[in-house]
Amino acid sequence: MFVWLHPYAKTERAYALCNTLMPYFLSAAVLGLSVGLVWGMLFAPSDYQQGDSFRIIYIHVPSAILSMGTYVAMAIAGLVGLVWQWKTAYMSMIAMAPVGALVCFISLFTGAAWGKPMWGTWWIWDARLTSQLILLFLYFGVMALYYAFSDRQQAGKAAAIIALIGVINIPIIHYSVEWWNTLHQGSTITKIGKPSIAPSMKWPLLVSIAGFMGLIGTLTLMQLKNVIIERELHRPWVKQLLSQQETK
Amino acid sequence: MDVLIAQSLTCVKQDRVLFSDLDIILRAGELVHLTGPNGAGKTSLLRILAGLAQPETGLVHTNSADTYDVPLLYLGHKLAQNKHLSAIENLTYWSALHRVNPSVESLYHILAQYQLVGLEDLPTGQLSAGQQRRVSLARTELVQAPLWILDEPYTSLDVTGVSFIQTRVDEYVSRGGCVIMTSHQALSSSHLVRELVLEYQI
Amino acid sequence: MSPLYSVIHRDFTLAMRQKADIFQPLTFFVLVITLFPIGVGPAPETLQKIGPGVIWVAAILSALLGMERLFRDDFNDGVLEQMQLSNLSLSWIMFAKVMTHWLLTIVPLILISPLLALFLNLTMPMYWALLATLLLGTPILSLLGSIAVALTVGLQKGGILLSLIIIPVFIPLLIFATSAVDTALFGLNYLPQLAIIAAMLCIAMALTPMAMSYAIKVSHQ
Repeated sequence: MFVWLHPYAKTERAYALCNTLMPYFLSAAVLGLSVGLVWGMLFAPSDYQQGDSFRIIYIHVPSAILSMGTYVAMAIAGLVGLVWQWKTAYMSMIAMAPVGALVCFISLFTGAAWGKPMWGTWWIWDARLTSQLILLFLYFGVMALYYAFSDRQQAGKAAAIIALIGVINIPIIHYSVEWWNTLHQGSTITKIGKPSIAPSMKWPLLVSIAGFMGLIGTLTLMQLKNVIIERELHRPWVKQLLSQQETK
Repeated sequence: MDVLIAQSLTCVKQDRVLFSDLDIILRAGELVHLTGPNGAGKTSLLRILAGLAQPETGLVHTNSADTYDVPLLYLGHKLAQNKHLSAIENLTYWSALHRVNPSVESLYHILAQYQLVGLEDLPTGQLSAGQQRRVSLARTELVQAPLWILDEPYTSLDVTGVSFIQTRVDEYVSRGGCVIMTSHQALSSSHLVRELVLEYQI
Repeated sequence: MSPLYSVIHRDFTLAMRQKADIFQPLTFFVLVITLFPIGVGPAPETLQKIGPGVIWVAAILSALLGMERLFRDDFNDGVLEQMQLSNLSLSWIMFAKVMTHWLLTIVPLILISPLLALFLNLTMPMYWALLATLLLGTPILSLLGSIAVALTVGLQKGGILLSLIIIPVFIPLLIFATSAVDTALFGLNYLPQLAIIAAMLCIAMALTPMAMSYAIKVSHQ
C-alpha cells in the first residue's frame, strides 16, 4: 500500500522532496500567518470581558494545538522508523523535535503573557499550562536521548522508543492533570473563551492555525535538510551539492 | 551441511560503511579465520552473524537442528561473567539459561582441564585476565552447538593456553563442528583454514 | 534449575554479595524525607498536607537512583549478550530481572514506610492508602524506568539523562497515588484511584517487557 513511499527512504530522494515541498509550506506559512494575524489582531472584534488582550489566542491556541500534534507526528515518524527501518524516518523525527519544542515553548510563553492580565499572575498551575509544560519536558527527553548517542542510527531507534512511550502517555497525562487540577482548585477561570467562540473570531483563528501548520512544516523541512546533510556529509551527492553551492 | 548462511550483509557504523553486500556460507567441519585490519568490522560482522546486531541490509539464517542445544555459541570480547560470582556459579547460571544442567562434579572436571584447579570457588574478579578467559572458554564444553563464533579467543592467554584452545578447536572441527574466529596470530591448525579477509573501507 | 529461575537466583545471590546496593537507596529515601520537615517546618498539619506527595516524590527519586545500576554490570560484563543469545525470550528475562530488582530494592522502601508515615504525621487511614498505592504503583516505576535504563545502559553518562527522559512519564502515577492518600484523609472512598493505578500496572506489565528487550537490543547494536 505504501510502496510509493519507499523511494523516500533514500536520503537523496528525501532531500529532493524537501526542496519540492518547501515552497508550498512556506507560502502557506506566509499567507496564513499574515492574513490570520492581521485579521485577528486588527479587525476581529474585541472580547466583551477581556478587551484586546484576548487577541493573543491567535498565537496561543494554534501553537498549543499544534505542539501536541507535532509530538504525535514525531512519534509516528519514530514508529515508521522502527517498523520499516528507514533512516529518513528517524531523521524526520529528530527534525521535528526542536520545532515542536519551540512551538510548545511559544504556547507556554503566550499562555503566561495572557495569564498576567487575566489571572494577575504569570504562572498558575492550570491544567492546560501544566500538561503543556510536561509536553515540553517530553520533547527535551527525546532530544537529550538522541544526542547522547554517537551512532545516529542507534540514537534514532532509542529516541523513537521514548517518543512512543511519550505518545502513549500524552492522553493519560492530559486527563490526569485535568482531573488533578479540578480536584485541587475547583473549576476556575480557565473556561474563559472556551465556550462557543463567535464566527468573527473563529475564522481568523482557523486561518492562523493553517499558517502555523505551514510554519511548522517549513521549519521541519529546513531542519530535516540540515540533518540529512550533516549525516550524509561523506556521500558523493552531498559533496556535489555543496560544491555547486560554493560556485554559485 | 550448511550451518549458517548470510546473504548480502551491509553494516554501517557511525554512518561509515564497514562492509557491503557480503555473502557468507559456513559449512560443518570448517575452520574459518576472519582477518582484516583494525576497524574493518570483524567484531561487527561476528555480532551480526551471532544475531546480536542487526545488519543495515541482508539476512542471516542459522541451522537450528533439534540435536543441538543452541544454534550457535558466541564468545565475544566481553567475558560474560560477573566478578562477584565464582567460576562454578558463573558457569552454572549460564548453563541453566541455555537449558543444560551439568552436575557440579562435571563442572569441576571441566575447569580442571582448563587448568583452574583450586580457583573454582573464588570470585572471578580475583582471577588473572588469562584465567578469566579460560573460564569463559570453558563454556564450549557445556552446550552442543553446530557453530562457534569466537572473537579474539586468544586474548591474554599464555602459550600453553593458546595451544590448548587450538587443540579443542581442532577436535571440535574434526567432530563436524564449524568455527569462525578472529585472531591476530596465524592459526596453526591440523585442518585446512579458510581465510576470510575484510578490507578496510573508507 | 529452570532458565528463568536461574536468572532470579543469580540476581538474589549477587544482591546478597553487594548489600550496599540495597541499603543506599533506602538510606537516600529516608534522608530525603527527613529534609522536608526541616525545610518546611515541623507543624503537624503542614506535614500531613505535604506528606503523601513527599513520600511519593522521594520514592520516585530513590527508585531511579537504585535502578541506574539495574542492567549496567550485566551489560558491561557481556552477560546480557549471552542472555539475548540464550533460547529463552529476552522479554521474560528482563521482566524477571526487573521484578527481582523491585523485590530487593523497592520492597524495603515499602517496609520502612510506617516509620515515615509517623515522621510526617499521617493518620492511620492515610497510611493504609499510602501502602496500597506504593504496592501497586512502585512496580510501574520499575517497569517503565527499566526501559529508560535499558536505553541508556550503553552510554556512560546514564544518571541525569535517565531521570530526564522518564520522570515526565511518572506524573500521572504521582497524581493518582497522592490523591488516593489525600482522599483517605477525609475518610472518603479511594478505590477509584487505586483501580486506575492497577489498570496502569496491567498495561505496564503487558507492554514494557517487549519494549525493554527491544531497548536492550538497540543498546547491543
